[in-house]
Amino acid sequence: MTAIPLSQTSPAPHKVVTQESPQVRRILILLALSFLSLFLLLPLVAVFFEALRKGWEVYFVAITEPDALAAIRLTLIAAAIAIPLNLLFGIAAAWTIAKFEFRGKSILTSLIDLPFSVSPVVAGLIYVLIFGLQGWAGPWLREHDLSVIFAVPGIVLATIFVTVPFIARELIPLMQAQGSEEEEAAIILGASGWQTLWYVTLPNIKWGLLYGTILCNARAMGEFGAVSVVSGHIRGLTNTLSLHVEILYNEYNFVAAFAVASLLALLALVTLALKTLVEAKVAQQASRGNHS
Amino acid sequence: MSNHKYHSGKHHSGKRHSVLPGFNLALGFTLLYLSLIVLIPLSAAFIHTAQLTWPEFWNTVTAPRVVASYRLTFGASLAAATVNAWFGLLVAWVLVRYPFPGKRLVDALIDLPFALPTSVAGITLTAIYAGNGWLGQYLEPLGIRVAFTPAGVFVALTFIGLPFVVRTVQPVLEDIEKELEEAAAMLGATRWQTFRYIIFPAVLPALTTGFALAFARAIGEYGSVIFIAGNIPMVSEITPLLIITKLEQYDYAGATAIAVVMLVISFILLLIINLLQWQVRRRSTKA
Repeated sequence: MTAIPLSQTSPAPHKVVTQESPQVRRILILLALSFLSLFLLLPLVAVFFEALRKGWEVYFVAITEPDALAAIRLTLIAAAIAIPLNLLFGIAAAWTIAKFEFRGKSILTSLIDLPFSVSPVVAGLIYVLIFGLQGWAGPWLREHDLSVIFAVPGIVLATIFVTVPFIARELIPLMQAQGSEEEEAAIILGASGWQTLWYVTLPNIKWGLLYGTILCNARAMGEFGAVSVVSGHIRGLTNTLSLHVEILYNEYNFVAAFAVASLLALLALVTLALKTLVEAKVAQQASRGNHS
Repeated sequence: MSNHKYHSGKHHSGKRHSVLPGFNLALGFTLLYLSLIVLIPLSAAFIHTAQLTWPEFWNTVTAPRVVASYRLTFGASLAAATVNAWFGLLVAWVLVRYPFPGKRLVDALIDLPFALPTSVAGITLTAIYAGNGWLGQYLEPLGIRVAFTPAGVFVALTFIGLPFVVRTVQPVLEDIEKELEEAAAMLGATRWQTFRYIIFPAVLPALTTGFALAFARAIGEYGSVIFIAGNIPMVSEITPLLIITKLEQYDYAGATAIAVVMLVISFILLLIINLLQWQVRRRSTKA
């Protein structure tokens, strides 16, 4: 049997052997899109529809009443503290793991991912065990008239916990792919460590940083379970947006609940759009680092 | 979540010199931060639960109501992860192989469950599946009740776990070499045989990883479930909710005991996932 190139055996009506028949393709596409419509598109449409069920006026009242505004403020505060801290951590962790070889490196890498596999409820609980009234630091906190649980610090801590891995896990593979040649050159040419970090490394990883920050922000602003355990649900004081949705819903104030929920859904859509834009940049940069 | 990280094993840049400064500072800060935020608080759960005697602990974590909640949590998570595995494979396949209008939009939308806060997902799914809801009003006359039953838990967990399988399988499918499929076709394999014996074994490790990730996420999930579950003890009460219930009754020991069980299970799952990912990376390095 002689080997005949594929292109010669399949002339004009060109049947590609590595593709399914058009009917099969159409059925598969239809099945996949139906599944996605049912589980993704329908809920997305439902949020906005339910939010606007009683019109724009009711909608605006719901998202501008004082408790809602207080919830927006607290959500922004928690994110504004959690993100910079996790950014610092992400850069330090990625610098350690991507630029150096040391024992226990793979254990450290798994430890960073740990908060992703802990149930949000358990994440909240462990802070109650430490800072709650019966907790380790409870008596000391009460003596000094400080409160962490059922107060803003607890919410910030819970938010930090659930968002720890986001930036680090974006930066580690990116910096590993880019290698350390540029940094080494900078050091040999006499730059200090901080100069190298600021002028060489950070510009190289800026899209990865942005990408991680976008994901971190979405989770920080949307976290529910962990925050719910430490919040105490005090209206106007310890309610984040995501908790405010729950309170309104449990009060059968459905339109207001969905109005506030639609703000968070909008945030999710913006996140997805930015993520898609930045993703292309990160891939571009990773492959450039790879070829250099 | 992103495609590039699953390839990271491919481009190992080889040797690393120690000319670079800052190792001690960076490692020190990393360890300090992880200890303060994650490790010490997590150890609090184990230390706190050590105050219980072994029979006390055992009775708490095997009480009938708690066991019923494990059964629901694990059963619904398993069912949701299974559905996500098959449909995730299908979605990944369609996204990688077939052109269709709006594909980029669909691809971006896959990550919605990651980006949408769980309380929003919870109340929305309830609005859809409740008896008078968007779909509920058509399902109820057929005798199918979704909201406020274990089926509701399954629906919420399916939503939450949807991106995991798609995002782990997608890059592996993209990497499969066409030559293998061409060779199979030349040797007389039908398209189905090529899929069954060439493509499926190649994506299986990634598929299993995605399944495990979706399963692990589903077990700990709280926000999206509690609205649609109805939370009836022994029937539709998930384990994380039971922890909250015990906390609200100031039963710290009970809440912590159950939390420790969940933590141990999460650690075991994390270990399995790490092993699976290591296997996927090894395969892709070989290829």
